[in-house]
Amino acid sequence: MTNSELQVLVSSWMDDLEFIDEGVQYLTVTVPKENLRDLMFKLRDDSEAAFDYMFSLTAVDWGKNRGMVYHLESTKYRHIIVVHVNTEDETLDTISDIYPTAILNEREAYDLMGIKFTGHPDLRRLFLQDDWVGHPLRKDYVDEANMIVK
Amino acid sequence: MGVKSDMKNKNNQDTFPGQVIPGGNGGNIVVGVLDQIINWSRSNSLWPLYFGTSCCAIEMMQTGAARHDWSRFGMEVARPTPRQADVIVIAGTITNKMAPVLRKLYDQMAEPKYVVAMGACAVSGGPFYYNSYSVVRGADHIIPVDVYVPGCPPRPESLLDAMIKLQEKIKTFHNSKRKNPIEGFDEGKVG
Repeated sequence: MTNSELQVLVSSWMDDLEFIDEGVQYLTVTVPKENLRDLMFKLRDDSEAAFDYMFSLTAVDWGKNRGMVYHLESTKYRHIIVVHVNTEDETLDTISDIYPTAILNEREAYDLMGIKFTGHPDLRRLFLQDDWVGHPLRKDYVDEANMIVK
Repeated sequence: MGVKSDMKNKNNQDTFPGQVIPGGNGGNIVVGVLDQIINWSRSNSLWPLYFGTSCCAIEMMQTGAARHDWSRFGMEVARPTPRQADVIVIAGTITNKMAPVLRKLYDQMAEPKYVVAMGACAVSGGPFYYNSYSVVRGADHIIPVDVYVPGCPPRPESLLDAMIKLQEKIKTFHNSKRKNPIEGFDEGKVG
């Protein structure tokens, strides 16, 4: 399915979606955080979309707020979509029951960026020590003991 | 034959630091300074413990592989356990989480033990010196280092040169000045 065909399909499901299809390789859709799980279920289970493979999960610190970027691919049709979601209060719904690979990815995003995923089965730190204070990949992270800032 | 006499004068590693007198009956008599003979055998049979934590490990493997083959110089078999190793080659970045592991491995090594810090990360933190929340700025914050190898990563020739430098250091050892290198290290004493 081409990007424009995908856009027609996805926009028929729900309102409040913003699309970017120019200047990007993959169709990019921004979804309100309340509708994230609905959209993800649709993308995975719809027979024409069939996005069964999440190959990248990214946490982004935009400065004023934080967000996630999910890259989904269909191993049946080989089309790709990018889902953006932003959050003001650092909480988001988990998608680890929709794509189980997100269990570890969301732990990493929580560890380094501090986004809390409600409904995650085991939201612990992944790389850093359990007694670590703070989330070091945030833009406003300061650690005067360990970091030499340049 | 000029080459041969040069080799003899240069205190080459192949030169046995003593004299072997044929004793007959299948036994020989060795005359020499015991310190020198011990140093000679130690420096020509360095068993390295591989501690490869990042890309420098690839260069270290290359140094041990067929093209460069550091067993030509006596750094013989690489050991996966510290109990059997003489020298630990720190090939890669040391993070705060890895630091206790490095110290534990070092403490498990039998004396005499030596440390080679390979690459910019192990020397000083290297590319992670600034703005890093997790990297130790040099392995010598954790264990005493004998030889530093700069480079990112160093070429196998650099590591070979460092190991030969370490052999030269071992050859200067005197049993009367014997000391555990970790003694006083945590209190800030160096050397």
